[in-house]
Amino acid sequence: MQADNQTATLSSEELRRYNRHLTLPEFGREGQEALKNASVLLVGAGGLGSPAAMYLAAAGVGHIGLVDFDHVEASNLQRQILYGTSDVGRPKLDAAEERLNDLNPHVEVTRHAVRLSSENALDIVDQYDVVADGTDNFPTRYLVNDACVLTGTPNVYASIFRFEGQVSVFATEDGPCYRCLYEEPPPPGLVPSCAEGGVLGVLPGLVGTLQATEVIKLLTGIGEPLIGRLLMINALSMNFRTLRVRKNPDCVICSDNPTQTELIDYEAFCGIPDANESTDDDMAVPETTVHELKQARDSGTAPFVLDVRKPHEAEIASIEADQLIPVDELPDRLSELNADAETPIVVHCRSGARSERATKFLRQKGYNASNLKGGILAWSKEIDDSVPTY
Amino acid sequence: MSTPTVTLHIPTPLRSATNDQATVNATGDTVRTALQNLVERYPDLKSNLYNDDGALRQFVNIYVDDEDIRYLDGPDTALTDGAEVSIVPSIAGGRSR
Repeated sequence: MQADNQTATLSSEELRRYNRHLTLPEFGREGQEALKNASVLLVGAGGLGSPAAMYLAAAGVGHIGLVDFDHVEASNLQRQILYGTSDVGRPKLDAAEERLNDLNPHVEVTRHAVRLSSENALDIVDQYDVVADGTDNFPTRYLVNDACVLTGTPNVYASIFRFEGQVSVFATEDGPCYRCLYEEPPPPGLVPSCAEGGVLGVLPGLVGTLQATEVIKLLTGIGEPLIGRLLMINALSMNFRTLRVRKNPDCVICSDNPTQTELIDYEAFCGIPDANESTDDDMAVPETTVHELKQARDSGTAPFVLDVRKPHEAEIASIEADQLIPVDELPDRLSELNADAETPIVVHCRSGARSERATKFLRQKGYNASNLKGGILAWSKEIDDSVPTY
Repeated sequence: MSTPTVTLHIPTPLRSATNDQATVNATGDTVRTALQNLVERYPDLKSNLYNDDGALRQFVNIYVDDEDIRYLDGPDTALTDGAEVSIVPSIAGGRSR
C-alpha cells in the first residue's frame, strides 16, 4: 500500500477533465479523489495492459506502474494499442510512458523495466494499492498471485486465449486467490501460448477494459467486484458466464495456516527446467542450428525438414519444409512421414519449443531427428529476413 | 427415469479433441459417468483430463452450473437433466508477444 497518506485534491483543470465522472452519482468528487490518490501496478504492458493502462490513465488514477522489459514488435500492433507504427523497435515502457503522459499529464507513470522475479516482486508490488495481472506465462501468474497474497494487495486477474477470456479479482482480504482456483499449473506444452494459438486482436481490448473496470471499482469502493467469481468470456458465441470461486480452506498460501510464507522458484514449480542447470538427462535432444541447415542445403546434403506447426502458420511463413504434420497430430500420423528411420530429419516450428517435443517423440520412435534451434524466427533473423516473423 | 443429458462446455485448448465443438451433449447420472461418456466418444480428451492412474488431473477444474465440484461431491456430484458442466482450464495469455 502507498505510504503517502496525504490526500491530494482536484485542481480546476482536473475538475473540468473529469466532469463526466463527477456527475455520476455513484462516483462523484469523492470517487475521483480516491482515484487520484490511488496507485495501480500493471504487470505486462501488452495486449491486456494496453487498454487497461490507457483507460486507467484517462480515468485519472494518480499513479500507474508498468512492468515490462520487451521492445515493440510489428506483430504487437494488431492488439497492443498503446503503441504506434513509429514505436516499433523501441522499449515498450518508453513508448507507453509518452502515450500515457499525453493522454493525461496528471498521472504519474513509473517504469519497471525488469522481469518480475522472486527477488524483486515483493518490493515492487508492495508500492501499489492494486495489481492488474496481464502476463503471458504461468510462472509469472503464480509469482504475481503469491506476491499479492503476501503483501495484501488485491490482484485483478485477466487472461486470454484465442477467442476466450477469463477475469477475476484475487487476493482481497477475505476472497480467494489464484491458487484457490488453480492449485497447480498444467505441465509445460499442454496449453499453447498465444504466439502458437493466436489471439483475436480485439479480445485483449475487451478483456483488458474489463480489468480496468474492476480496478476502478476496487479503488473507489463502488459496485460488486469479481471477488469469488470467475468471469468467462467467449467472443465467438459472445457469451459471458460467471463461475463461483471459493477460498480454499487448505490453500498453501492464502489459508489461515499457510504452508508457504515466502516466494519460491516459479520456473521449477511450473516444471520449466532451469536454463542454468545442465540438461544431461534423457530429455535433451540433438539440435541443428539454422546455419548448419543452410550449409547442408547449399552443399546438396539437405536433411529431411519436417514442419510441425499448424498449416495456417506455414501460410504466413515457410522455410520450404519437405512435409508438414502438426505436433499434436504426429503420433496418429506417423505412418504418413515421408522419411525412414535412417534419414536425418530436422524438425522445426516457430521458435523451437513444439519442435523439441516432436523431436523427442520421433527419437523415441527410433528416428534420426534433431531440433532446429530457434525455429523459423532464428532462420528469419540469421539466414533470410524475407521470411516473415509472427 | 432415463439417464440425464447434460451440456458439457469444452474450453478452446481442448477443442481439437472434439472436432472444434464448443459444447457437447453427454449422458450420465454423475460428473464421473458424464465425463466417461464424453471420453468414450472423444478419446483424445482422455490424457488431458485424467492422469495415468485414471484420476482427474489437478489443474482441470470441473464446474456443475456455477459451482466447483470440489465443493459439491467431487466426481460423484449428481447431475440432473439439462445441467451445464464446464471444464475450466488455466490459460496464461495476456502480454502475448
